[in-house]
Amino acid sequence: MIPAAFDYVRATSADEAISLIGEHGEDAKFLAGGHSLLPLMKLRLAQPSVLVDIGRVSDLSYIRDAGDHIAIGALTRHMDVERSPLLAEHVPLLAHAAGHVGDPQVRHRGTLGGTIAHADPASDLPATTLALGATYVAQGPNGTREIAAADFYQGFLESALAADEMLTEIRVPKMGGAGWSFQKFNRRAQDWAIVGVAAWRRNGDSGVALVNMGSTPILASSVSGALAQGASIADAAQLAAAEAEPQSDLNASPEYRVHLAKVLVRRALEQASA
Amino acid sequence: MAPILVHDGRAIGGTPIRKGGSLVKIRVTVNGTVHENEVEPRTLLVHYVREALGLTGTNIGCDTSSCGACSLHLNGEAVKSCTVLAVQADGCEVTTIEGMAQGGEMHPMQKAFMENHGLQCGYCTPGMVMAATSLLKENPNPTEEEVRIGLEGNLCRCTGYHNIVKSVLACAAGD
Repeated sequence: MIPAAFDYVRATSADEAISLIGEHGEDAKFLAGGHSLLPLMKLRLAQPSVLVDIGRVSDLSYIRDAGDHIAIGALTRHMDVERSPLLAEHVPLLAHAAGHVGDPQVRHRGTLGGTIAHADPASDLPATTLALGATYVAQGPNGTREIAAADFYQGFLESALAADEMLTEIRVPKMGGAGWSFQKFNRRAQDWAIVGVAAWRRNGDSGVALVNMGSTPILASSVSGALAQGASIADAAQLAAAEAEPQSDLNASPEYRVHLAKVLVRRALEQASA
Repeated sequence: MAPILVHDGRAIGGTPIRKGGSLVKIRVTVNGTVHENEVEPRTLLVHYVREALGLTGTNIGCDTSSCGACSLHLNGEAVKSCTVLAVQADGCEVTTIEGMAQGGEMHPMQKAFMENHGLQCGYCTPGMVMAATSLLKENPNPTEEEVRIGLEGNLCRCTGYHNIVKSVLACAAGD
């Protein structure tokens, strides 16, 4: 399988990338690590006429301590997120979850910004950053803006990014010693989750988000609400799918997904509370 | 500069097949040799090494970044070359299975696979060797579990993995 023909241009900075994407119009797409986009193009599910390669915008690959949060450049690869001592110390949930994306070869190429901009509800890190209350920074022709993760995911593979905007940074609040858990249920090691859960808990506060339980990553607000009001883990986990709209596919029916979500949220909260 | 062949063997001259696809000049160092070619942007790295350079040791298995048969090293790290464009490798160093033996001596990982019967049909083997050497570079003394997890991106339909894991552990131990 090879993609439909396209023209290729390479950007060396975010400014140049945004200018190029503006110049080439709506059929142009950004190419970062390519591990979401190229498979779609090989299946001809996407046929952009121009790819703007941002894979070499090296000043967008970084992980920095920014006080109350860790700032991660959008082009930071999964392998670098997984291995970051700074993230291991302050946002261990994200570093751990990054180690469960695809397989090592995929993690050598795929980027945090790429998987978030792709907005696949079945991907691990959109839901993980949603659970963590991350803020995404987008740059467009008129400057930058911040978008809360909770406002970012608008539909299946649809985000709040405008066609001429590029995700440049992911800001993840430090976890401050909160307990956490990442649960991924799949049949083969490298697969997408049939259902996944990213969760953290600290005193009355918590964040729980679901992978592959709807057309977007799902924030399980009802679970956090119940915990805040003193509900037991078992009772709170029963609300796991309150915000979800799971779909049927070859792996699972909606009913099975709801069952899995309840079990996995319970396990995640138990681990995060241990 | 000769135009390269695309996957099904059609010679692509200077005329794009449809709008888009203007040829791009790339310079890639493969197994220590610099190659300059003009490629269509959609040319996958695996097709580039196999068909433009004739290095057919890198196999194509699933073509969907699942099986790992096409694994090679890009700047020293294992990647699935069916999901990398040749233009993305421009200016980079690529090592394929053909580049592993040095001076007529097999790479220690290749020897370990031979000595531990880490292959049966052999189709997954080039990818396994490339993934396993990349793994040991990142984690020189892995546990058995770490080897199994580290090779999660490579499928073998013959061996049940037992002797592959044994081979990688033997190579790590210098046996």
